[in-house]
Amino acid sequence: MSMFNEKVMDHFMNPRNAGEMENPDAVGSFGSPVCGDMMEIALKIENDVIVDAKFRTFGCGSAIASSSVATEMIKGKTLEEALAYTNQNFVDELGGLPAPKVHCSMLAEQAIRLAIYNYAQEHGLTLKGLEGFDPNQEMDACHVHHE
Amino acid sequence: MKQVYMDYAATTPVKKEVLDAMLPYFSEQYGNPSSLYAIGTKGKEAVAKARKQVADLIGAEPEEIFFTASGSEADNWALKEGAASRKESGNHLITTVIEHHAILHTCEKLEEDGYEVTYLGVGTDGRVDPEDFRKAITDKTILASVMFANNEVGSIQPIKELAAIAKEKGVLFHTDAVQALGNVPINVKEMDVDMMSFSAHKIYGPKGVGALYIRKGVEIPNFLHGGGQEGGHRAGTENVPGIVGFGMAAELAMKNLDDHCKMTASLRDYFIEQVQANIEDVEVNGSMEHRLPGNANLLFHYIEGEALLLFLDVKGVYASSGSACSSSTYAPSHVLTAIGLPLEKVYSSLRFSIGDFTSKEDIDYVVEQLKDIVSKLRSFSPYSRKCNEDSCNCRVKDTCKRKKN
Repeated sequence: MSMFNEKVMDHFMNPRNAGEMENPDAVGSFGSPVCGDMMEIALKIENDVIVDAKFRTFGCGSAIASSSVATEMIKGKTLEEALAYTNQNFVDELGGLPAPKVHCSMLAEQAIRLAIYNYAQEHGLTLKGLEGFDPNQEMDACHVHHE
Repeated sequence: MKQVYMDYAATTPVKKEVLDAMLPYFSEQYGNPSSLYAIGTKGKEAVAKARKQVADLIGAEPEEIFFTASGSEADNWALKEGAASRKESGNHLITTVIEHHAILHTCEKLEEDGYEVTYLGVGTDGRVDPEDFRKAITDKTILASVMFANNEVGSIQPIKELAAIAKEKGVLFHTDAVQALGNVPINVKEMDVDMMSFSAHKIYGPKGVGALYIRKGVEIPNFLHGGGQEGGHRAGTENVPGIVGFGMAAELAMKNLDDHCKMTASLRDYFIEQVQANIEDVEVNGSMEHRLPGNANLLFHYIEGEALLLFLDVKGVYASSGSACSSSTYAPSHVLTAIGLPLEKVYSSLRFSIGDFTSKEDIDYVVEQLKDIVSKLRSFSPYSRKCNEDSCNCRVKDTCKRKKN
C-alpha cells in the first residue's frame, strides 16, 4: 500500500459524489474503456454556480481518487472558477500521486471542461477558460495505448 | 487481517524442506565446489545431487542440466548462442507473440543483430497451430522457441508435435518451460526437444537459480565465459545453496506432481465456479482445456483491473494484472491481446494463480472480497451491461483515438 498516501486511498475506497445523477444540467465524458480509462461527470448548475456534481469512472485507483476529489473541489464554485482548475490542483489536493500516476488525473480535468463546454454551448455563454478549447482533442491519461 | 496469496505464477514461497536443505551451505559447507579440500568437495557433491534431482524431474541425464542464475539467463543463452551456432545455415528464427519478455526482448535484440524473426500468432485458446509453425519454416530457419505453458492464460502448447516438426526440418527447438515445470508432466526424451529453460522460484525453490537443459549431442556455445564450472559450459562460482534448493524443490515437485496438479486444478475450478455463481458478467480468458492447473485469468466486465487489484491488496488478496511487469505504465497485456480480447476486456482482466498453500477457505475469502469490491466499483462505472444494448444512452466510445506514447 506504500505507493499511495492515505488520502488517495480514502478517496479511492470511499469515493465522494460517485454514481449517476438524475436530470443533470451538464454532462461531460472523457476517455473510453478501450483506452483503459474513462470518466463521466454530471453537474447541476444554478446561476452559473455548480451546486452538485457526480462522477462515474472506469479506471485505476488514481483515476477514481482524482475524480472524487475533483467533484468535491468544484462544488459551490462558479463555472469559470471550475474551469481554472488543472489536474495538478486535484493531485495537490490529494497530497500527491506517484509520478507515473499524475497523468490519470487528466481524466477529471478534461471531463469537467467538456461538461462546462457543453453547457456553455447550449446556453450561449462565453466563459473565461474555454478560449480555444477543442472538445475533440484526445490526450493520454493513465494508459499507454498502442494502435 | 487475513492474507491470501494468489500469485503463484509470479513466484512461490520457498518450502520448509527446501530451506532446510539449503541452510548448511551458507555458513557451514560454504566451500567453493572447485576447491579440492573437504568443504569444497561437499559443495561439489551437493551440486551433483541437485543436478540429478532436476534431471529426474524432466527425464533428462544429469550432464544435460546446466545451472544458471535465472530462467531469463537460460532463455538468453538458448536463443543467442543457439542462433549464433547455426548462423552459417541461415538467419531465420521462429517464436510466438505470447512468449515471456525473456524470449521476446531477446528476439528483438537478435533482430537488431541481423536475424529475422517470425512471431506466430495463437488462437483464442492461446495455442499455436502446428500447421502454422510448419508453414513458417523456411530453408533459412535455424532455431525455434515456443513456450511450454503461458504465464498469463496458462495455455499449454503442443510441444511434442512442434518439436517433431522442427526435427523433421532440421531446426533447433527450444522451449521456455518456466511455468510448466512442476505443473505438467515433462519428459524431454519423449518430447524430443533440444533445449528447455527452467526457474527454481516457480516451484517453491529460491530466486536466483535457473537451468538450461541441452540435449546430449547438441552443441551450444557458452554464454558466460570464465571458469570451468558446469562442465566448462557456464562460468561463475556455483550458487551452491540456491542449486541445492532447486534440487530439493525438484525432488518434491516430482514426488507431489499428481497430487499437486489435481489439488490446484480442483481449487482453481472451485474458485471460477464460485466467482461466476456470486458475481455477474465474469468470464474466463483462454481455454479450460490444455491449461496450467493453477491458472485462472478472469475478465470482470465494466471495471478496470488495476483498481480491482489495488482494492484486493487492501483486503490482503494478492493477484496480478498479468505478468509481474516492472513497467510503471500499465500497458495492455500482449498475451490477452494475442488471444483476440478487445482492449476494454484486456483492461478488465486479472490473473489469479493457485498453488500448494492455497486452501478452500482462502478461496472463499477471496470470493467474498471480490463480490463486494466488484459490486462497489461497478456502482460507479460509466460502462455497464446496458452499454452493449441498443437502448444505450451512455457515452462510451468504442474507439480510442489517443496518441501513442
